[in-house]
Amino acid sequence: MTGSAAKDRILADIRSALHDVPRAERAEDVAVTRDYLDSHATGDVVGLFVERVRDYRATVTRVPEAEVPAEIARILAERGVRNLVVPPGFPREWLTAYDGSRLTDDPPLTAAELDASDGVVTLAARGVALTGTIVLDAGPGQGRRALSLVPDLHLCVVRTSQVLPDVPAAVRALVPDRPTTFISGPSATSDIELDRVEGVHGPRTLDVLLVVDS
Amino acid sequence: MSDEKVNVVWLGSPTFPNAAHDALRDGQLRRNLKHATTTIRDKRLRAVAELDDWETLRLAGSQIKDRVMRHLDEYLLRLEASVTAAGGVVHWAEDADAANRIVIELVRAKGADEVVKIKSMATQEIGLNEALAADGVTATETDLAELIVQLAGDRPSHILVPAIHRNRTEIRDIFRREMGKYGVAAPDDLTDEPRVLAEAARLHLREKFLRAKVAVSGANFACADTGTVAVVESEGNGRMCLTLPETLITVMGIEKVLPAFADLEVFLQLLPRSSTAERMNPYTSLWTGVTPGDGPQEFHLILLDNGRSATLADRQGRSALHCIRCSACLNVCPVYERTGGRSYGSVYPGPIGAVLTPQLVGVGTSKHADSLPFASTLCGACYDACPVRIDIPEMLVHLRAKVVDAHRGEKLPAPEALAMKAARVVFGSPRRLAVAERLGALGGRIAGIRGGRWLPGPAKKWTAARDVPVPPRESFRTWWRKAGRR
Ligand code: SF4
Repeated sequence: MTGSAAKDRILADIRSALHDVPRAERAEDVAVTRDYLDSHATGDVVGLFVERVRDYRATVTRVPEAEVPAEIARILAERGVRNLVVPPGFPREWLTAYDGSRLTDDPPLTAAELDASDGVVTLAARGVALTGTIVLDAGPGQGRRALSLVPDLHLCVVRTSQVLPDVPAAVRALVPDRPTTFISGPSATSDIELDRVEGVHGPRTLDVLLVVDS
Repeated sequence: MSDEKVNVVWLGSPTFPNAAHDALRDGQLRRNLKHATTTIRDKRLRAVAELDDWETLRLAGSQIKDRVMRHLDEYLLRLEASVTAAGGVVHWAEDADAANRIVIELVRAKGADEVVKIKSMATQEIGLNEALAADGVTATETDLAELIVQLAGDRPSHILVPAIHRNRTEIRDIFRREMGKYGVAAPDDLTDEPRVLAEAARLHLREKFLRAKVAVSGANFACADTGTVAVVESEGNGRMCLTLPETLITVMGIEKVLPAFADLEVFLQLLPRSSTAERMNPYTSLWTGVTPGDGPQEFHLILLDNGRSATLADRQGRSALHCIRCSACLNVCPVYERTGGRSYGSVYPGPIGAVLTPQLVGVGTSKHADSLPFASTLCGACYDACPVRIDIPEMLVHLRAKVVDAHRGEKLPAPEALAMKAARVVFGSPRRLAVAERLGALGGRIAGIRGGRWLPGPAKKWTAARDVPVPPRESFRTWWRKAGRR
C-alpha cells in the first residue's frame, strides 16, 4: 500500500537533484541563526493576555479562585446555556452553582449529541499572552478535541500561572504527541468581501475565565 | 505537456497576456481585487511592524527551509518513521495520478461515497476532486470561499480569499440556487449580509461534517522528529475535518517537512502575520499519528512529489519550494492586483505562481506556464514581503532565460518582447506602468523598512545569448528603455 517502489524513485530523484550538496554535509551543517527574540511580551504578561484575547472579540473575566463557581454559573446563565458538555476531569466543585443539565463524555457523546448541546466548559493547557492564544492539549478537564469544537459556545477556564509570554515558550511547553489546538478567538472568516464574520464552524462564542492564582 | 501535470496548469489556459486581457475587462473583478489586496497589504504591514525582530525571524525561516531542501531525502525518511511510530500510515506518490489513486483506494476501503475537504493547494494541484468525482465519490469543500467557488463551478482567484471575485449578492444567488442540490438548502429568507451567508454555510456544512466518514486535508507543516502535522486555519472547518471523521487522509507536498517540532516557533510567528495579517490565526491544529479515543482512528499521510524533486534540481529555482503559501507576495504585486489569480491559469497564482508553476510542470513543456515568468515588472515588492525571503524577482529573471533557451529554434519573440507584451496588457499605458512600479517599489520600501531592503544577488546575466545585464532592482521600464536602445 505504501508503494515502496514509488518511495525509492522519489528518494532517488531527490538525491540526484541535490548533486550540488557535498556528500559530507550533514543537515546540522546548514546554519540556522536563531537570534530572534524568545519573547516580544514586556511588562505585565497576564494583562497583555487579557488585552490580546479581547482583541479577538472574546470575553475575558478575571476572578479569584473562590469566585469561580459563581462566575461560571453567571456566564452560562447569561448565555442561556442549559445543556452543558463537561469533559472528564473538569473540577466538579466549580460547577456547584450551575443548575442546568450536564453531558458527560462517558460513554463518548455522539457528534449529534454534541451538536445539540448549548455549550462546553473546559480547562486549558496554556495561554500565550502576545498572541492572545489558548492552547488545548486534550489533557484532564479539556476532553477530546470534538468537545471544544462542536458546541456553539466555549467557556474556557485558564489559570494565570498557565499564561506564557510568547509563541516560543508555548512551543517548548507542548507535548508533541498530544492532539493540540491553538485557539485565538472565535472562528472567523473574511471570505465575503473581506467583511469579518465571527463564528463559522467552531464555537461562535468564546468566553475566557481567568483564574488568578495566588 | 505530460498528463500528470495538467492540474498545476488548468487545461487549455490561454497564455498570461491573453487571460489577463479578459480579466482586465472585468471591472468588478478589478475593484474587488484592488480592495482586497490593499486592505490585506496594509494590515500585514501593521502586523509585521509589531515584531522588532521580523527580519531575524524571516532569516531563520529561510535558513530552516534551506536546511530541509538540502537534506530532503533524510527528513522525509525521518518523518515517515515518526508518523509510522505514532500509528499513521505513510504513502509516497510520484505524481498526481498516483496520489489520486491512493486516495480513491483508501476512500473505497472505507465504503464511503463522500469526503469532506479542508482547503489544500496540493489537492487542487492534483485535481483530486475531479478524480474522486470520476470514481463516484463526492468531495465537499468546507472553506467558505472554496464552497462558494465549488457551488459556482468556478476557479479560485486568490490563495487566501479564493472567492474574492464574487460580491455578496452573487454569493447569495449562488447559495440560493445551488446549495439545495448538494445538501441542506439555503433558507428562503437568505439575505446578502455576510453574517447571514456564513450562517447558511454553517448549516449546510454541519450536516456533512456530522456524517462524514473520511476527510481529506493538506498540511502546512510536518515535523520530521515527532511526526506532528500542522494545519493553520480560521473558520474551524479544518478542525471539523481533522477531528470528526473516522479516517483522515492528508496530502502533503514533500517540501512541507520541517526538521523539528521546535521549528514551529518560527513558522507559527511568520505565517499568520504574513497571511491573514493576524497575531495568530483563530485555529491551529497539531496532531501526531493517531490518538486512541480522540479524532480519526486511521491516519494516512500521502507524500507528493509531482514535479518537486525536479524543481529541486535547479539551484537557482530550488527556493521556490520554500514557500509557505501565505499569499503576501500576491497582495503586494502590481500585476496581480490588476489581473487577479485566474489569469495565471494555475493553482499557484501571483509572483510565487509565476516561478513555481513553470518549474513544477517543467520549463518548455507548457506554453502557458512558460509565459508566466514574464508576468512581472520585477519591482521587488514580493521579495520584501515574503516571510521566507524567496528572491522571486531574481528567480523570474533566471526562468525567463531558461524559457528562451527551451524554445531555441522556435520563432519565439525575444524575452523583452514577451515581457513587454505582458506589461502592456496589464498596465495599458506606459504612464500607468510607471505609477504601478512606483507604488510597488514604495510598498517594498515600507515593508523592508527595518533592514529588509532587497539587495540584488551577484550580478545576473540575462542569458549567454543575450548579454543584456538585468539588475533585478531596476524597474521594468528603466530596464526596458536601456535594453531597447541596444
Ligand atoms: S512566495 Fe513567500 S510571500 Fe509568496 S506565498 Fe510563498 S511564502 Fe508567501
